[in-house]
Amino acid sequence: MDTAVTAKKKWWDGGYSPFNVSYGKLMMWYFLISDAFTFGALLISYGTIRFSSTSWPDPNEVFRSFPGMGHANLPLVFVSLMTFILIMSSVTMVLAVHAGHMRDKKAVAKWLTWTIIGGACFLACQAWEWTHLYHEGAWWGRNPFHNVDGTLASTNFTNFFFTITGFHGLHVTSGVVLNIVILANVLKGTYEERGHYEMVEKVGLYWHFVDLVWVFVFTCFYLL
Amino acid sequence: MEHTHTAEGHAHHDSSTKKIWKTFWILLAVTMVEVGLAFLHLETGFPSRVLLNGVFVILTVVKAFYIVSEFMHLGSEIKNLIYTVLLPLLLFIWFIIAFLYEGNSWKNLNRDLKPGTPIEAVKAPAEGHGHH
Repeated sequence: MDTAVTAKKKWWDGGYSPFNVSYGKLMMWYFLISDAFTFGALLISYGTIRFSSTSWPDPNEVFRSFPGMGHANLPLVFVSLMTFILIMSSVTMVLAVHAGHMRDKKAVAKWLTWTIIGGACFLACQAWEWTHLYHEGAWWGRNPFHNVDGTLASTNFTNFFFTITGFHGLHVTSGVVLNIVILANVLKGTYEERGHYEMVEKVGLYWHFVDLVWVFVFTCFYLL
Repeated sequence: MEHTHTAEGHAHHDSSTKKIWKTFWILLAVTMVEVGLAFLHLETGFPSRVLLNGVFVILTVVKAFYIVSEFMHLGSEIKNLIYTVLLPLLLFIWFIIAFLYEGNSWKNLNRDLKPGTPIEAVKAPAEGHGHH
C-alpha cells in the first residue's frame, strides 16, 4: 500500500484506500461503531429507566464484597481490581501489536498470551461476582436490594445489571477466543509467511473496544 | 503496509513503548481518582452527588479518549478515518439527552398523577370547558 503521504495527496481520486487502512481494518472499525450503538442503546435504556424511577439501589451497598473477605464492607474495591485487570490486558495487547510491527514473532506470542491470561482473569472475577450476587438472592427477575430511600426496589436494577454486564462478558469471552485463535496462527507462523501481523491489529481493535465499553459500564453501574 | 510499520517501528521503538505505558498510567490514575472521590463522598458527603456525577462523566470521557486515541491508534490515523468513525457517534448526543429527558418526564408524570395527589395542575383545562 502506498503510504508516502503528502499534504497534496488526493484521497478520493481512487487507486488507494481513502482511509489509508486495509479493507479488513476499516470493516473492523465499522463493526465496532455498530457494536457501540448496541451497547449505547442498552446503557441509555438503563439510564432512562433509572431517570424514570423515584429511587434506586445504592451501588456502594450492593457491590461491597471481596473474595475471601467475608462480610467486610469494601465498596468499589473488587470492581477496581477488575478494571485494573482489563486495562492491563489492553496494554499487553498494544505491546503485542507493537511487536507485530517489528515482526518479532516471539514477542507477539508472549504479549498475546498475557492478554489471554488477563481476559481469563477478568472473566473469573465476573463469574465470582455473579455467583456472589446470585447467592445473595439477585438474578434476572429477583432483586433483594432496597432503594436508597428504603422503599422496595423493582427488579429493573438486577435485570439491567445482569443483562449489560453479561453482554459485556460475552464480548470478553469472544475476545479471548479470538486471541487464542490468533495466538495459534502466530505460533504456526501464518503471519510470518503472510509478511505482516495485521490480524493482531484487527483483534487488538476489538479487544480495546471491550475495554472501552467496560469504562462506561464501570461508570454507569458502580460510580453513578 | 508492513514497510511503513517496520521502518517506523524500528526508529521509534522506545518512544512508542514509552507512550503505551504513559497511557496506562494515565488510565490507572484517572480510575484511582474516580474511586478516591467515591470514597471521599462516602466518608464526608463531599462533593455533592450532582457535582460528583458530573466529574465521573467527564473523567469517563477522558478515559475513552485515551483508549481510542492511543490504544486503538485512531489519533494517528488520517482525518478521513477519524471522521468516518466519530461523526456517526455524534448521534449519541441527541440519543442521550432525548431519552434521559423522557425518563425524567415519565417520573414527574407518575408522581403528579398518582391517586390521592391534589389535582390543581390538571383541573385548569377542565374548568375552561365548563364555561361553554
